[in-house]
Amino acid sequence: MAVPQPVPRGCDGKGRIAVRAHLWSGFRLVLLMTVILGLGYNGAMTGVARLIFPRQAAGSLIVRSGTVVGSRLIGQQFTSGRFFQGRPSATTPPYNAASSGATNYGPTNPALIDEVRTNLAAVERANPGVPSTAIPPDLVESSASGIDPDISPEAALLQVARVAAANRLPTQAVRQLVLAHERGRFLGLYGSPHVNVLELNLALLSLVRQG
Amino acid sequence: MQTGAQATGGRNRAAGADLWNRELLGHAARDSFRKLNPRWMLHNPVMFVVEVCSALTTVDALRHLFAGNLAQFNFVGQISAWLWLTVLFANFAEAMAEGRGQAQADALRRSRTEVTAKKVVASGIQQVPGASLVKGDIVLVEAGDVIPGDGEVIAGIAAVDESAITGESAPVVREAGGDRCAVTGGTLVISDQIRVRITAGRGESFLDRMISLIEGATRQKTPNEIALAILLAGLTLIFLVVVVTLAPFARYSHATVSVTVLIALLVCLVPTTIGGLLSAIGISGMNRLLQHNVVALSGRAIEAAGDVNVIMLDKTGTLTLGNRQAVEFRPLPGVAMEELATIALLSSLSDDTPEGRSIVALARGTHGAAADPAGAEFVPFTAQTRMSGINRGAELVRKGAGDAVAEFVRSQGGEIPGELEGIIAGIARSGGTPLVVAVNDRCLGVIHLKDVVKTGIRERLASLRRAGIRTVMITGDNPLTAETIAREVGVDDFLAQATPERKMEYILSQKREGYLVAMVGDGTNDAPALAHADVAVAMNTGTMAAREAGNMIDLDSNPQKLMDIVETGKQILITRGALTTFSVANDVAKYFAILPAMFVVVYPGLQALNIMHLTSPETAILSAIIFNALIIPLLIPLALRGVTYRPVGAATLLRNNLLVYGLGGLILPFVGIKLIDLVVTALHLVQTTVR
Amino acid sequence: MTVPGVLQLLVFMAVMALLAIPMGRYMHRVFEGRRTFLDPVLVPCERFIYRFCGMDPTAEMHWTTYGLALLALNLAGFVVLFALILLQQVLPLNPAHLPKVPFWVAWNTAVSFVSNTNWQVYGGESTLSYLTQMWLTVQQFLSPITGICFFLAVVRGFSRQNTDLLGNFWRDFVRTLLWISIPGAIVGTVVLVGLGSPQNFSPYTVVHTLQGASQTIAQGPIASMTSIMQLGDNGGGYMNMNAAHPFEAPNAASLLFQLLLGFLIPVGCVYLFGLMVKDRRQGWAIYATMALMFIPLTLIMYHAEAAGNPILAQFHLSGTANMEGKEVRFGPALSSLFNSGTTAVSWGSIAAANDSMTPIGGLIPLFNMMTGEVIFGSWGVGMVGMLAYAVLAVFLAGLMVGRTPEYLGKKIQAFEVKMSVLAMIVPSFVILIFAALSVMLKPGLGAIANPGPHGLSEVLYAFASGVGNNGSAFGGLNSAAPWYAATVGFAMLFGRYPMYLPLLAMAGSLGRKQRVPVSAGTFPTHGAMFVGLLAGTVVIVGALVFFPALALGPLAEQFAMQAGRLF
Repeated sequence: MAVPQPVPRGCDGKGRIAVRAHLWSGFRLVLLMTVILGLGYNGAMTGVARLIFPRQAAGSLIVRSGTVVGSRLIGQQFTSGRFFQGRPSATTPPYNAASSGATNYGPTNPALIDEVRTNLAAVERANPGVPSTAIPPDLVESSASGIDPDISPEAALLQVARVAAANRLPTQAVRQLVLAHERGRFLGLYGSPHVNVLELNLALLSLVRQG
Repeated sequence: MQTGAQATGGRNRAAGADLWNRELLGHAARDSFRKLNPRWMLHNPVMFVVEVCSALTTVDALRHLFAGNLAQFNFVGQISAWLWLTVLFANFAEAMAEGRGQAQADALRRSRTEVTAKKVVASGIQQVPGASLVKGDIVLVEAGDVIPGDGEVIAGIAAVDESAITGESAPVVREAGGDRCAVTGGTLVISDQIRVRITAGRGESFLDRMISLIEGATRQKTPNEIALAILLAGLTLIFLVVVVTLAPFARYSHATVSVTVLIALLVCLVPTTIGGLLSAIGISGMNRLLQHNVVALSGRAIEAAGDVNVIMLDKTGTLTLGNRQAVEFRPLPGVAMEELATIALLSSLSDDTPEGRSIVALARGTHGAAADPAGAEFVPFTAQTRMSGINRGAELVRKGAGDAVAEFVRSQGGEIPGELEGIIAGIARSGGTPLVVAVNDRCLGVIHLKDVVKTGIRERLASLRRAGIRTVMITGDNPLTAETIAREVGVDDFLAQATPERKMEYILSQKREGYLVAMVGDGTNDAPALAHADVAVAMNTGTMAAREAGNMIDLDSNPQKLMDIVETGKQILITRGALTTFSVANDVAKYFAILPAMFVVVYPGLQALNIMHLTSPETAILSAIIFNALIIPLLIPLALRGVTYRPVGAATLLRNNLLVYGLGGLILPFVGIKLIDLVVTALHLVQTTVR
Repeated sequence: MTVPGVLQLLVFMAVMALLAIPMGRYMHRVFEGRRTFLDPVLVPCERFIYRFCGMDPTAEMHWTTYGLALLALNLAGFVVLFALILLQQVLPLNPAHLPKVPFWVAWNTAVSFVSNTNWQVYGGESTLSYLTQMWLTVQQFLSPITGICFFLAVVRGFSRQNTDLLGNFWRDFVRTLLWISIPGAIVGTVVLVGLGSPQNFSPYTVVHTLQGASQTIAQGPIASMTSIMQLGDNGGGYMNMNAAHPFEAPNAASLLFQLLLGFLIPVGCVYLFGLMVKDRRQGWAIYATMALMFIPLTLIMYHAEAAGNPILAQFHLSGTANMEGKEVRFGPALSSLFNSGTTAVSWGSIAAANDSMTPIGGLIPLFNMMTGEVIFGSWGVGMVGMLAYAVLAVFLAGLMVGRTPEYLGKKIQAFEVKMSVLAMIVPSFVILIFAALSVMLKPGLGAIANPGPHGLSEVLYAFASGVGNNGSAFGGLNSAAPWYAATVGFAMLFGRYPMYLPLLAMAGSLGRKQRVPVSAGTFPTHGAMFVGLLAGTVVIVGALVFFPALALGPLAEQFAMQAGRLF
């Protein structure tokens, strides 16, 4: 790094007081970049994305007999006993995909304990005979996004008996369906094993139709 | 430190030895109360905050007393008392350091009694008061007179007793011209008479400056001290905000916390230990230098001494004994050893220099030579001839530098044997000095003079190298000789055929590369180099010019002392760093003592942080405050003496100090506070139920 | 805790250490002006920008000039963004017809994005139109570059000698933008879309769910914004719940890629530092300090989250892990890694709700911010923060070796100490004072969501995040309340510029100094002892300043939780 002669402070290389010049340059750069980056970058990237990955770019939407039934990435609320049910959601209404959010309950907040108690009671009611020691935390504690599409394999398996009975399917077939939809950790290390509830229920529906 | 202390004269050392004498302690105790004056305290922001806190708690205590709340008064009152003690201990440390300097200053001042000067005026000699002399006046000083002011000898030669300022009882010779012309006011002429041109007016003489420096009147904070003070002020400010904002946090948590407890926390957190000892460390550093009989003309110079990475040392007198010794005679082919020895002996019989005496000893002792100098006339060494010898009738005996003697032989009609050159070069290569011996037109041979390296110097230089300091030998010798001696002594570099200009150039080139250079000088021609050196130690025996150019003055004129000075500089910095680290590390334990005590009522779980298992919140807070106060007097000896410095590499040094002062600072207060808590509990100093 | 849960962290850190080298080398080439493979395309663009904006890219600048240009650009960025946000309702590309943005929300958002904080007082998909989000993208590009310019100037103060000049701000800025930000964001976008994130300008999609209800799904240019958000360590997620939202991070692979993007430039900066001071060991020593702090802190957080909330043990579930506010696809381990990284590297987006973490799990990100986000930190800023700590550590330690302290051959004297103390205490003051005011005043207390000590943690977190220019939050706190929108806005300003200017001044002073040659008396700053000393300084200084507040927040809550106490 060649180091030229020192210049007086507050001045540029030509010795001018440069406050206004720098401000002017700053504004021009911001305006130029507002156009290039704000509009150009996002627009160009959208074009490129549509070209290379059209399905993902559109939001991984699932179309079933002509209608969009959801995005495979976004959880849906399942209250019916016929479906596998997802996690408790803190959004209003639950699984609001236009306004994500969590409960933000702290660990010593009585509201958290009440919430878990209520959710647990609901799960136990919906799945008679399942002991609490078989219920994993993710099924009774609210997700971060409020639209978590996944549950743990354990949480899916404990619903097998109920779902099979409600759809009059053999337990074993439903169980197989769950195991087939289990996703492991990325590279064997990252994340947790999970099952996508929407995809599982879609598969369930086609199984029912076949059956 | 050892060498310096041994070389030191008696009196100053004695003053240092009775560090704890009764008079000094009493004086310091009185001073520590005088220093409570808030205006004085303001110069130390850390302790000022503590003083304000002490006052606030006193008011709080009195409030409880008048409200009849005796239990609270007891608790708050004790906190308040310990806070005041904390301030007093810090003041005491400073007063102790100052007191020791004061003792030295008083001794100096006693020597500055009013004298009558014999001023030389156009009409002759006029008796005037010494105080009336101004720069440029000329005075006559005779045996028994006290020299009335700093000046230069312009005529005459005299033995001067300078013990008043140096503590050295042996008189020194002062004479006109040359490097021994400077005299100091207040010293006593014990023989002969001299004429002195006064170089300093009243109040600005060397003695005056020394006294004011020692008394601290002109003591300015050194750069590192300023930097550290900023850090300490910053920490104090942070902790102030920490404690002030803790009040609302506590209220949010529904905890009741009294002002006194918050103040106790604040005082425990601010770095009182180093804050209380900081100025004492600086003052005592200057005093320690004085014990080595070195006066630093600024604190900045002492600190720079710690940073020095290059030390320039004169070969002669510093690295080698002041004189060379004859070790061998090298006759030319065809000359008998006995003849050379005899003539060499003859040439040196009247030569009173150490070299001359060593030639006599060698000739007589080893070679059994004898000579009769009867009727001989001594020819002294002069700068022009660069030879000495004797004339005995027609026999002209000479010894001297090779080219000078060769010239002499040729002028006598003789020839220079071709072998001479080889012998001379051989001796020079081996680091010796060749002296050629001739009689009339005959060249006989060469005397090999050799430098004698001082004992212990190699080890000393090696320890400097370990501390990362390069040593450079300055010598007037030719490069060949210089290189050999440099290797023998163990210096890292040498500057041969040194002239004042070359010394200065060398210093400047080192500084350009970013090195800090220390050098010792005495002669007027050293002044330019001294002026450029970062640490310039002038010999007290040196000329006024050299003394003006230096930023330290060595009263003993012992050039080896440069190394002591460097070590003292390092010691001051280490002591500051160590006590700061210790002080900050202490805070951890104090948090563990005080925080659970403050909040255990609202959050009983915080009892888990009370890892010292202190008896109750009250004893915990009181114990932390007592520890905080007592640690200051306990560390005063360390602050005054300095942390021991060992010349090892920086990494090792840091590891050791971090272990002792960092880790020690973490652990010690846990132990200390616990012990104090046991005592406080056993003595029932506070009612443990009070909230 | 599981074996994969620990291994994922170690593998990730090893990969980042390897990536630091090529990244640092590439950046070095860019700033030295040496040829890169992108030159044929970018050099003409660079020339055009200089000409269009009237910049002189050759004149070297004094620190004051450099600082002035930096402030000028930031001021311009703020004014433009503030105006554009306030004009949302009259501008196009607002298919969801979102209304006018409230004044304090606009103020906070403008400050937030210009200062690289990206604190979100708004719910992205529910407050801001597509166009407004795109204006934010501009600052997601520009604000981190301000940080890297600051870093370059400060490091030049160490690496140069006998000069007043610290480089040219505009040249540093434009080259970073063209050679690093834009190419990186483009590659990032393509990968993120490939891993599942949407990228479109479609209106919000209304779907008919399997149960027969209708669900409105927010859409947008999510991948392109997430890409620059992570690469630039911005953190202003497109979605309210950031990476917890399945569109922003549809799977663990996507989240891992976002972690990598977030770490990439900061780790490169540490290596670049070693290259710039011409002693790579110095860079690695800092790197080791950061990594050796990050790994245990993250493990503690993961351990706390895996162990979960003992109060819930009464329900006898099949596991203990704390899944409240977490996504199943990530689980406790990856959520902890991402949320610890978010406050260490300071990108600020989250993969799990911090507010619902266990007290210790929440303490770790809080502590990362309170110590100044010096574990890698955002672009260059964390590195400079670490250098400020190094200056303080070296000052104390240097005294203990008996020399005027030196770092990288530069003497650390009163001025340097003053400036680094200033840069260190101002942020602490702002956090403590604003938090204290918030718990004293009604508007501050009213916005707290959780009772007891957790509420104090929320407030502390808000200001630590603002001052640290982080952007993550304990989401329960109603940050859109005018009190917090206004004060956190000021905290973001105080946390950024009062740290920049003193450290730039310090760099100016250091640049003027001559370098002191290394000798056996020099304290080596590339060994294990320095690493320990530096990490110790960061932890002890942070702990001493915030211990009392933390004792009444996360620590009190942790002990209470263990004792089964609710508030």
